[in-house]
Amino acid sequence: MLNIRRIPIPALVGLVLTALFLFAAIFAPLIAPYGNGQIVGSVWEPASADYLLGTDNLGRDLLSRMIYGARITIFIAVMATALSFSLGAILGFTAAVLGGWFDTLMSRFVDLLMAIPTLIFGLVVLSVLPSTLVTLIMVMGLLDSTRVYRLSRAVAVDINVMDFVEAAKLRGEGTIWIIFREILPNALSPLISELGLRFIYAVLFLSALSFLGLGVQPPDADWGGMVKENKDGIVFGIPAALIPAAAIAALAISVNLVADWILNRTTSLKGGRG
Amino acid sequence: MAGTEPKPELLLDIRKLRIEATVFPPGEAPKNIVLVHDVSLSLKRGKVLGLIGESGAGKSTIGLSAMGYGRGGVRITGGEVVLNGRDIMKAGKRGIRRLRGKEVCYVAQSAAAAFNPAHKLMDQVIEASLEHGTGTRAQAEKRAIELFRKLSLPDPENIGERYPHQVSGGQLQRVMTAMALCSEPDLIVFDEPTTALDVTTQIDVLAAIKDAIRDTGVAALYITHDLAVVAQVSDEIMVLRHGRLVEWGGTQQIIKEPRQEYTNALVSVHEITHDEQSPGEAPFLSVKNVTAAYGTGGPKVLKDVSVDIYPGQTLAVVGESGSGKSTLARAITGLLPPEKGTVTFDGRPLANRLADRPKEDLRQLQMIYQMADVAMNPRQTVGTIIGRPLEFYFNMRGAERDRRIAELLDKIEMGKGFSDRYPAELSGGQKQRVCIARSLAAKPKLIICDEVTSALDPLVANGILKLLLGLQKEEQVAYLFITHDLATVKSIADSIAVMYRGEVVRYGPKSKVLAPPFDDYTDLLLSSVPEMEIGWLEKAIKGRRMESAGN
Repeated sequence: MLNIRRIPIPALVGLVLTALFLFAAIFAPLIAPYGNGQIVGSVWEPASADYLLGTDNLGRDLLSRMIYGARITIFIAVMATALSFSLGAILGFTAAVLGGWFDTLMSRFVDLLMAIPTLIFGLVVLSVLPSTLVTLIMVMGLLDSTRVYRLSRAVAVDINVMDFVEAAKLRGEGTIWIIFREILPNALSPLISELGLRFIYAVLFLSALSFLGLGVQPPDADWGGMVKENKDGIVFGIPAALIPAAAIAALAISVNLVADWILNRTTSLKGGRG
Repeated sequence: MAGTEPKPELLLDIRKLRIEATVFPPGEAPKNIVLVHDVSLSLKRGKVLGLIGESGAGKSTIGLSAMGYGRGGVRITGGEVVLNGRDIMKAGKRGIRRLRGKEVCYVAQSAAAAFNPAHKLMDQVIEASLEHGTGTRAQAEKRAIELFRKLSLPDPENIGERYPHQVSGGQLQRVMTAMALCSEPDLIVFDEPTTALDVTTQIDVLAAIKDAIRDTGVAALYITHDLAVVAQVSDEIMVLRHGRLVEWGGTQQIIKEPRQEYTNALVSVHEITHDEQSPGEAPFLSVKNVTAAYGTGGPKVLKDVSVDIYPGQTLAVVGESGSGKSTLARAITGLLPPEKGTVTFDGRPLANRLADRPKEDLRQLQMIYQMADVAMNPRQTVGTIIGRPLEFYFNMRGAERDRRIAELLDKIEMGKGFSDRYPAELSGGQKQRVCIARSLAAKPKLIICDEVTSALDPLVANGILKLLLGLQKEEQVAYLFITHDLATVKSIADSIAVMYRGEVVRYGPKSKVLAPPFDDYTDLLLSSVPEMEIGWLEKAIKGRRMESAGN
């Protein structure tokens, strides 16, 4: 059913890059030439046969750090996106189907959260709470879920007034069935494109937090943290900070390309059969 | 160009018109399809030609080609469109722009969607005249007011000062006709101008259009799917199907002695014989003194309505839009709990609110909707759609369920192969059949049919009605049939309730309701249904006792 030659080139590029990042993230300990925190040479060595991307501000192999960084970055971003999606979508759909006080209460609460700039809110919360992976994921997921809530509620409100939902209500179906079997499949395409976008925002948000020192704590580092570690080198013409920055950009673009393609495929109402 | 040279007697001559469009099936190379296959037609000055056919017949496409327009990526790829002695396809963009709105004007189906809601009616009516410089603003406005009067719009001097939302649908359609006539064109293309209107309003608009055509001597292409309507206004009728000409002849000949089988089918479409059943001893569902309103303290949409439904029989509820017929259905199903009154089912009162009704009660009352395509979840296959009530009410699974699905598909005259299709892969009639199967799956005692045929082509609708009647005999199911189409009512009902502004004004067995003496509203409703007979319109207008509510 899936013919590789039918995939448009941008999607193919996105798929290959995303797969590469995922591969690096999953098999990091197997493919990294050196350990994550292992000091192997002098500070900021240029690229060579031994150190393909050179070394960082403490003399650690940059390529190995990048590979481990991919693991941390993608893991946190995926978890946060998953959290924000399940939370936002379920609450949004429920609000749309139930309506009434539940809808009003949830929507106003979400408005309240959204009124505070996400980064500042994140900074305040994270500087109070202990910086562990779990808190980081929870905070990112919760903050992002407000956006997902908004979108899914808006989409579901439109679908909820369709005759087939009324027919299901007349049949006597429960709220759970209506949400997951009637509304969710029809809300999937806007949600999937949003999923791609949200994942990217999670990566960017995490990078920003780490760059500010509130994200992943040393000696572990995500890509944002690596930009922070190596940023002083830029003054001396050392490109070590640009490599993780470029990786963030590449990941963002490639995931978006894939999301676009998936969106195009799922909007067909004929089960992709044409 | 007015008056400078004698205009040719033949106004419009379309020769071997071929229209194509490119479709983009997902996952395949784009391909060309031919929408109109070498159709030729000609129209003399001051004559009216009716174009008739089911949806997809290419009638609108041909109509619009008279103004050199292709809608939605449609291309005119062959043939000539000769208007006033010259081929407009060769005129280029500027030439076409000069002729649209001046020589040819267009009246759209939905006037409510075709008017710009941000401008006053007068500005829109005279826009074309000013654009083409056929007169000063004062002259154009004077002509517009005359036209408003001719089309019997209320308060012709000032109606132009209103915005589109401030006049009713029927009036708006007449204002649109005035707009088309205002720049004194030679030809007007009417694209289903009365299809979206109630019967009682349709007759007024139809009469107004007919008078205006006669008085101004304009020629017209009248596009519709209703043969009875087109018989009232046109001199000649052209029957189209699948972009090909079926038959072309004088109105009299087409409706009295059609030569083609397809035309004959169109002419005799309403002939369904159904013998009225006498009401049984006891109704199984009775609605008693129900009053309902949307929101608290809002206007009453239903006022003190009482009707009974007998097992295995059909109660038809008729009325124009806004008369509360659909609200009655919502009250019975529990979607809109009534403020006062009760619904009794099998001798016991039915809970007012949907949430309070047991599953068994829900199973007994099923519903079929007007728009079959939004009544089915587009992400579910036909098998899932029909199978769900089986799982839900009877706990059927696996092979047993599949067998029953096949049985139901067979009942609605569709094959087993449809079971894994998606709704988007079905035609309009097939969709409605699947909806019927879904409600039958629950083995209900009553099916509420809310305007189930009004979105369908006449022949397809006819098939659905026959199917419903056949199923009634087989399954002993009762129907509550909501419709505005009296021809449908005549062919399938056992008893009839006529509704007007939330009240039942006439109720009883079909033979009694449809026999004189009539009350004023029933008389209006009955006399407004177009009949396949030349001169019906004049007779009907003369015989009326009451103005329609649209005025």
